[in-house]
Amino acid sequence: MDIWVSILLTIATAATPLLIAAIGELVAERAGVLNLGVEGMMIMGAVGGFGAGYLTGSPWIGVLAAIVIGVLFSLLFAFMTLTLATNQVATGLSLTILGLGLSGMLGTSFVGLPGQRLPNLDIPGLTSLPVVGRLLFGQDPIFYLSIALVIAVTWFLFRSRTGLTMRAIGDSHTSAHALGISVIGYRYLAVMFGGACAGLAGAHLSLVYTPQWVENMSAGRGWIALALVVFASWRPWRVLAGAYIFGAIWIGQLHVQAIDLSSFASSSWFIYQPIALIKSLPSQFLSSLPYLATIVVLVLISRNKRLTMMNTPASLAQPFVPER
Amino acid sequence: MMRIELVKRPQRSALFSMLSPFIAFALTLIAGAIMFAMLGVNPAKALYAYFISPLTEVWQLHELAIKAAPLIMIAVGLSVCFRANIWNIGAEGQFTIGAIAGSLLPVLYPDLQGAYLLPLMLLMGMIGGAAYASVPALLKARFNTNEILTSLMLVYVSQLFLDWVVRGPWRDPMGYNFPQTVQFSSAARLPELLDSGRANLGFIFSIVAAVLVWLMMSRMLKGFEVRVLGSSPRAGRFAGFSIRRMAFFAFMLSGALAGLAGISEVSGAIGRLQPVISPGYGFAAIIVAFLGRLNPLGIIAAGLVLGLTYLGGEAAQSSLGVSDKLARVFQGMLLFFVLGCDTLIHYRIRFVGRKAPAPEMVPAQEGAH
Repeated sequence: MDIWVSILLTIATAATPLLIAAIGELVAERAGVLNLGVEGMMIMGAVGGFGAGYLTGSPWIGVLAAIVIGVLFSLLFAFMTLTLATNQVATGLSLTILGLGLSGMLGTSFVGLPGQRLPNLDIPGLTSLPVVGRLLFGQDPIFYLSIALVIAVTWFLFRSRTGLTMRAIGDSHTSAHALGISVIGYRYLAVMFGGACAGLAGAHLSLVYTPQWVENMSAGRGWIALALVVFASWRPWRVLAGAYIFGAIWIGQLHVQAIDLSSFASSSWFIYQPIALIKSLPSQFLSSLPYLATIVVLVLISRNKRLTMMNTPASLAQPFVPER
Repeated sequence: MMRIELVKRPQRSALFSMLSPFIAFALTLIAGAIMFAMLGVNPAKALYAYFISPLTEVWQLHELAIKAAPLIMIAVGLSVCFRANIWNIGAEGQFTIGAIAGSLLPVLYPDLQGAYLLPLMLLMGMIGGAAYASVPALLKARFNTNEILTSLMLVYVSQLFLDWVVRGPWRDPMGYNFPQTVQFSSAARLPELLDSGRANLGFIFSIVAAVLVWLMMSRMLKGFEVRVLGSSPRAGRFAGFSIRRMAFFAFMLSGALAGLAGISEVSGAIGRLQPVISPGYGFAAIIVAFLGRLNPLGIIAAGLVLGLTYLGGEAAQSSLGVSDKLARVFQGMLLFFVLGCDTLIHYRIRFVGRKAPAPEMVPAQEGAH
């Protein structure tokens, strides 16, 4: 039983950064902005969070710094794509390139340093409950925040007036503009929210998942978060499901790589043989599974052209210059 | 507090169309100077070390050609994609697979010597790159899958595949367990151009590729098709052009060129396969394509500039002790500024005071004119 609990816990830890980054991007895309800079904002959050945590000795300040850096970085994107109406795809890419370079440069002095880790929740009496105790009451604070974000974003998008306005902007910015809504203003906020989330996701990587700084430690998670939004057809709860599936794949391949085959020697043939077969695959193949799975999932979800068209915010990635 | 407003120009500005890459480069230099100052390095000295000193000797110009060749080759292909509004972001992966496919012969049959060897390697590299690029094209055409994400995911897959190849089946048995293949025989190496340095035939390939694609884009129906489908898919459909076929064409062309760049790099500058064969050429080429205004001839110049950022990064690392990641930072800034300056081609930028004139004031103001 204990091993399953700890596997579930590691899956949750792997899924949380994907979930947070994807939820932020979902809000931006619902407002019609495609920000391909998630990977860049995330890695900047990771290096900023680690640095601030290391220098101040407080992982909480690290989390805060990561969020601020994510927002600042997203403002760069927002200024370009919204104020100057540049191409969103190319601008997002340059944000990622810049983020990967800048984080590598800022992080050179952090390599190999011991990091701060956010403490796990510990409620006397509850956390020590068998099985559910650690799953429900003993995880890191950002995990709870990620679940709260899903609930809050669902409420915001589908139950609040501002959320409705935001979705309207994403579906037709010209109509929204004609109604006197500040399209650019709303989009700035949506992009900044996406930046805050990406920064927080980065903080989770360098302050919880592996409390240290490693160059390129986001390892394509920002891109997978972008794919998750498509996979979820722009719905928050499906992002949650997708993030946990990908977390499971990510952790699964790591577990298989680390597994000791001899400990299964006494198991039945049906357990031993499949594990032996998977173990015989090169580790590089296992490492590529999350990326291959992303492709498969994207194919499955976009196969139905009409459904995709119905779900995609209609003015996604279209530049908008208000007529005056 | 000022607000920025964009006012559409009646027609695109020819002046800014020409100037924008230069303005962008100048802005990058200014931002770079500020960054150096913040790092505590004398900006003038740093910029000199970064952008001028790598060009002062003949052998360094050869190094520049070596760095620029793959950038130009890849970017020329990408420019066709981007003009057709097709987003191939995975050139780095096509580069890698092209390098592996092209290395098949020299690694598995190291005794091959004939004059046919090199052309065959190059051809196989192009086929490998094109085949790898056809995956996102197929998924886009058949399943409507977003090509940005699939082509990018394939980059990670290709790098892991290369890692497996050089650590596993293709590892040099005499190589003291280093993760690398055997050294290519001299018949499998791209010949060097001059005695004064290392620049090889790859640079010539890149120029030829740029000129050929320029001819295609400006003088042939195919180029017209690319531009029509890119700017107005609807109009393209009426003209009988197919977006699906275009997706295949653009992906295969850019994949083949990226594959050619990959095998040229491996059989030219490196001479064997190893776990890392590219300092991000496939991504930097995206910047090259935009800096060259998606024009193959402009891309030649842009490729030299980006090549210089790599050389400068290495030079600055050794002479100033700054991080080699600086090259990436410069590249990212450059793309930002290029995209920003491109706005000036279609729009005039107006700075507006915070208080907009009240509605009833507007006619009065107009009357005063």
